[in-house]
Amino acid sequence: MPESTFGIGLVLPDILGTYSDAGNAQVLECRLRWRGIAATVVDIGHGEPVPSSLDLYLLGGGEDDAQALAADHLRCQPGLQHAAARGAVVFGVCAGLQVLGTAFTTPDNVTHPGLGLLDAITTPGAKRAVGEILAEVTPQLGIEPLTGFENHLGRTRLGAGSQALGPVRAGTGNGDGTEGAMTGRVLATYLHGPVLARNPDLADLLLAWALGTAPSALPLPEVEALRRERLRAVRHRRRG
Amino acid sequence: MTTYRQRVQRLPLFTLLTARTRLAIAAGRGAAALSRSARLGSGGVIGGRIALRVDPDALRRLARGPTVVLVTGTNGKTTTALMLTRILETLGEVAGNGDGANMPDGVTAALVAKPHAPVAVLEVDENYVPAIAAQVRPACLVLLNLSRDQLDRVGEVRAIERDLRAVVATLPTTTVIANCDDPLVTSAALAAARPIWVSAGQEWTGDAAACPRCGQVIFHTPKGWCCACGLTRPDPLWTAGAHTMRSADGRMVPLDLRLPGRANAANAAIAVATAERLGVSPTIAASQLRTIGEVAGRYRRAEVSGHTVRILLAKNPAGWRETLAVLDPGASVVIAINSSEADGRDTSWLWDVPFDQLRGRHVVAAGDRATDLAVRLTYAEVQHTISPQPLAAVVALPPGAVEVVANYTAFRDITRRLDDA
Repeated sequence: MPESTFGIGLVLPDILGTYSDAGNAQVLECRLRWRGIAATVVDIGHGEPVPSSLDLYLLGGGEDDAQALAADHLRCQPGLQHAAARGAVVFGVCAGLQVLGTAFTTPDNVTHPGLGLLDAITTPGAKRAVGEILAEVTPQLGIEPLTGFENHLGRTRLGAGSQALGPVRAGTGNGDGTEGAMTGRVLATYLHGPVLARNPDLADLLLAWALGTAPSALPLPEVEALRRERLRAVRHRRRG
Repeated sequence: MTTYRQRVQRLPLFTLLTARTRLAIAAGRGAAALSRSARLGSGGVIGGRIALRVDPDALRRLARGPTVVLVTGTNGKTTTALMLTRILETLGEVAGNGDGANMPDGVTAALVAKPHAPVAVLEVDENYVPAIAAQVRPACLVLLNLSRDQLDRVGEVRAIERDLRAVVATLPTTTVIANCDDPLVTSAALAAARPIWVSAGQEWTGDAAACPRCGQVIFHTPKGWCCACGLTRPDPLWTAGAHTMRSADGRMVPLDLRLPGRANAANAAIAVATAERLGVSPTIAASQLRTIGEVAGRYRRAEVSGHTVRILLAKNPAGWRETLAVLDPGASVVIAINSSEADGRDTSWLWDVPFDQLRGRHVVAAGDRATDLAVRLTYAEVQHTISPQPLAAVVALPPGAVEVVANYTAFRDITRRLDDA
C-alpha cells in the first residue's frame, strides 16, 4: 500500500458483521475515491494481528458469543489501541460500541472487559430496542441529526471520560435518553448497519478527523432523498 | 416392523378424531371457502385460525393420522416442500401448505383442507418449529440452512439454532434430514438420534463464523468446516451436485431440474434423501422433480407489454447470492424491496448483497424502499433509475427480457397484479 493511500481497517468483519456493517467501509472508500483520494479497505479477520498503521478503523455489530470473542481477540492483539493512542479514528457500531467501552455484560450474566477506548459500561436491558431511531447531535460536531435503525438489548452508561453524541428524539439509543459515545477521535453509535450511508455528514466528519481537513462537498441527491424519507417516517410514527 | 410405505398406505386415523375436531374441520373449511369466494385470500390462514378457535387441540389431533414431514430453514422451504409433495404424491394424497402460510394457523389449515390425506408435507417458519413440532410429532424434520433474515422480526440466527436443537432433542422418533455443510443446521441436527446428512452446500458463511456450541472460530476449508471444540462437519450420506446427486448407496442420480441454480439442486438433493426415507426410490423421485417449472409463482415467466419477464424471490443475503448467479446476463433487472412487517422493517441487509455484480447492467430500483436500494446501488456503482411500481418499471424498459427480483411482500404484490392482468 503506497504511503499516500488512505487505509480503512474493517475490524473482524467475520464476527462483527451481523447487521451488514461492512457497508460503512464501502461508503467511506467511495466517498474518498470519488473525491480523488485513493483509499483501501483492509479486512482484519479473527486470528490475524491487528495493524496499528491504518487511518480509520470500523467495528460492527455482532451476536453475544461473537462479541465476547471479538473483545478477547482485540485485547490480545492491541493494534487498534496503539492506533487510537496515536490519534487514528475509530468508529464503532452497536456491539462495536460495547466492545470499545470499559466492560459489557452479556445476557448470560458474564461481564467481559472491553478495550477501554470509551468510558462506557453496558448491561442487558429488559427488552430489545428494535426500530428506527433519530438522534440530535451535539452542536460542537456541527452535523445533521442521525437517522438509522437499532436492534440491541444492551443499555449503556457513560462515565466522565466520554460524552454522548446527543439526545435521542425517537428510539432508545443508550437507554437514558442519549445516543452514542465519543472520546477524542473514538466515536460509537447504536445506529447499526450502514449508518454512514444514511448519514453522510457523520461519514465526512470521521474522514475530516482522519485527513486533518474537511473533505470537499459531495452532493448525492438519492442520499438526501433517503434522509428525507426516513425522517418523515419517524416523525409520522411519533405523531401516530 | 412396518415400513413407512406400509404405514402411508394404511388407513388414516381420521375415524379416531373427536367430534370437536371434526367440528373444527368443518368450521375451518367453511371459513376458508368463504375467504376464497370473497377473494380475501387463499383461505390458508383463516381456515386454520377458525379450526384452532373451535378446537385448540386441532393441530395435534389432525397430525395423528398422516405421516408428517416438516420442512424448515431460512431459504428453500417452499421449494423443498413442493418437491417433496410431488415426490410423495406417488404414495397417495399429500396435504400441504403450498401457499407458504407457514405459521400455526397455516399449518393447521393445510391439515383441515385434506384431513384424509395419508401424508402431509408442511413448511414451517423457523421460529415456529418448536411450537408446531411439539404438536405434530413429525416422522421427518428437514433442516435446510440457517442464515440472517429479518433480524428485527425473527431475531438472531444463533438463538433460532438453540431453539431448534432443544426441540430436536424432544423428538426421539423423528428422522432429521439435515444439510451438513451448514454448521448451525448441523449443531441443531446433532441433537437427533440418527440424523441423515446431506451435503447440500452453503455459499454464505457470514453467520457461521463463531461455533454455535462453544463460540470459538469455525474454520472453513474447501472440504468442510470444523471447530476446536470438536464440532465438525459430519460425513454426508447424500451429496448434491449441479446436475446429478450421489445417493446413499453411491449411485449417481441424474436430476435434470427445470428450476435454475445451485440452491435448487441442493433443495432437490434434500427432498430426494427425505423421500427415500419414506419409501420412494431416488430414480422415481428425480423423475417427479422434472414436473416442477415454478414454485408458488417463483421463476414464473410472463409477457408484460412486449417484455418477457421472469419473477424471482430473494429476501436475504444468502438468497440473493444464489439469485445473482442465475440472472440472465442479457436481461434488464428490476429489483423491488418492501419493508412491511413480513419483510422485516430493517433494510440494512441490502449492504450484505454483492450488488456490484450487476455493474454494467440496467437496474431499476422499485418497491416501498426503492430509495434505500438506490443508495445501496449508488455505492455499489451500479447504474440505476428509481421507479417505485415494479411492473410500471418493466413497461418503461426497452423491449427484451427482464428479470424482476423481489422480496417477500413485493413479490406477492407483483404476483397478484400479474394474476389480475
